[in-house]
Amino acid sequence: MTEDKIKEELVLADFHKKIKEAFEVFDHESNNTVDVREIGTIIRSLGCCPSEGEIHDLLAEVEEEEPTGYIRYEKFLPVMTKVLQERRYRPIPEDVLLGAFEVLDSAKRGFLTKEELVKYMTEEGEPFSQEEMEEMLSAAIDPGSNSVNYKEYITMMVIDEN
Amino acid sequence: MGCSSSSTENKKSEKVVKAALVIQNWYRGYRARLKARQHYALTIFQSIEYADEQGQMQLSNFFTFMLENFTPSRKEDPALVSRLFETTFQDIKDRRDYVGLIDVPDSYEGPRLEFPLTFTDIGQLLEAFKQQQASGNRSFPGTKQILHAHYVLGVLFETRKLLKQMPNFTHVKTSPSKEITVCGDLHGKLDDLFLIFYKNGLPSGNNPYVFNGDFVDRGSNSIEVLMVLLMRSVLMPPVSINKDNATDLKKSKMGITLTAPGRVRSSDLSSEQLSKHEWEQIVDILWSDPRGRKGCYPNTSRGGGCYFGPDVTSKILNKYQLKMLIRSHECKHDGYEICHDGKVITIFSASNYYEEGSNRGAYIRLGCGMNPRFFQYRVTSSTCMSPLHHRVHAMENSAIRILKERIISRKTDLMHAFQLRDHSRSGMISMEEFRTMWKLFRTHYSVDIDDSQVDSLANTMDLNKDGSIDFNEFLKAFYVVHKYEKLSTSETKSPNYK
Repeated sequence: MTEDKIKEELVLADFHKKIKEAFEVFDHESNNTVDVREIGTIIRSLGCCPSEGEIHDLLAEVEEEEPTGYIRYEKFLPVMTKVLQERRYRPIPEDVLLGAFEVLDSAKRGFLTKEELVKYMTEEGEPFSQEEMEEMLSAAIDPGSNSVNYKEYITMMVIDEN
Repeated sequence: MGCSSSSTENKKSEKVVKAALVIQNWYRGYRARLKARQHYALTIFQSIEYADEQGQMQLSNFFTFMLENFTPSRKEDPALVSRLFETTFQDIKDRRDYVGLIDVPDSYEGPRLEFPLTFTDIGQLLEAFKQQQASGNRSFPGTKQILHAHYVLGVLFETRKLLKQMPNFTHVKTSPSKEITVCGDLHGKLDDLFLIFYKNGLPSGNNPYVFNGDFVDRGSNSIEVLMVLLMRSVLMPPVSINKDNATDLKKSKMGITLTAPGRVRSSDLSSEQLSKHEWEQIVDILWSDPRGRKGCYPNTSRGGGCYFGPDVTSKILNKYQLKMLIRSHECKHDGYEICHDGKVITIFSASNYYEEGSNRGAYIRLGCGMNPRFFQYRVTSSTCMSPLHHRVHAMENSAIRILKERIISRKTDLMHAFQLRDHSRSGMISMEEFRTMWKLFRTHYSVDIDDSQVDSLANTMDLNKDGSIDFNEFLKAFYVVHKYEKLSTSETKSPNYK
């Protein structure tokens, strides 16, 4: 085996291990299945950032012909391995994220008011659910000014993730 | 003009949509990873909880085995061992004999109860406990109002009297207009109990409650919870306390509900004496969990009871003509969970069970002919929930701390085991004591070694060759035993060795 081949195998083994571990956390019955509603969380916990639409497409690949509400590990593993190998759904770089906030902050004030944030997040793109919106607000909004200083917010989140 | 401005409008809104998508995408990824971390922490908590239960089960199994098989032969048998065989329950002892031993001093400022109990007494008790909670359990000498041991004993005796009159199965009837409230595990969380009473009203003739097991242990106010519930049940027998973890409720067209322990092995609970068979049944009742897979298979997490599937549930409910099974015993994130096609409900009433923010609590209101209604809540000292990442951090720190504690406590466990075996309390185990205990061990755990091997093992353990084994030698021995066990199982597993 060439050195490259060996490396490839090691990387593959590493992917399989990561996928298995992420899957097991949500496998409550210890029977190699997870609830279909947890698939998004599992994929994201592996470091990927698919959109809701992309998750929907992935689901189509891993679901049974007759949807049972459960996803089996045997079907999930190959699909997820490919995702990792192809480096799909890479996480958003910090500067791109900052740029996005700046687009929404047309007046270039450096912050967004609570109302503005809620409006954009719940009316545009792939809208947030109420729970998602509340959770974002609880961490992002400075209660004194009732607004989010997005630069600070991003920095805080990035630090927290690492 | 119109055209170009509308196209810039379109471009602008396209940019906005794209920007929103980026932020949403990023946030969902971040949130999912937090949730996964929360899951990891919860898994640690749950594993430790079940490992504790496994440990308890194993210990209890071992002691039962010891009691069944240990033949007291020597005259110098320590008092402890002979006491273990005394199974005479002194029913005839009057309450006065015990309660009279403890006097209440005049300086006691807490609630003074009068027996037989009345509603005034409960009112007093609740007030006192509420004040205690409000003051954050700070010990202000003189203002701390805990219930005196004298009254605790009194309540326990009254309850015992009542429980002896009651059968294992209790029928709780509802009339068409009334509803019953069912609560699950409380685990000594007085705040949750008060919250339930606040939201749902105090128990009364018109507002019956069923409390489903696990009221004590792990929370900080176990005794208070127990006192409140016991006093309630003494005053109004329809408030039923199920020590079991499972309850069956049946709703017939006449609005009669039946409360009975759920079973996953079909047999009868009849005689008074607690035989091994019945003990197994009790374990099954208390420790089994519903799962998606069909059939009945051992509950490996807890070390006792089983996992039972939807087919088992259907079979049992049909056999006894019951409509559903309400049980507790498992912490659920939302306070309750419905499974097995709506036939099994898990209800859990201790919010923030593992850590602040880990889960909600819930209770059920059942009415005749209606679907059960669920009420959720969460006890919190702040007015709004802290952000998700704070809560996840708190849970992670808590989980890791508990894990560390467990690892360190292993040493203490072994020390206790040593002291237990050291009958003469000399700090040493004599060779004789060791051999006897070892024989029991080997039968119980089916470790196949003969007498001479026990002797040589004992001699090996006795490092300083003084004829007895001290604690350090004992610790090392545990390691040896474990190694030996592994060796013998691996030998049997490799038949092709020759």
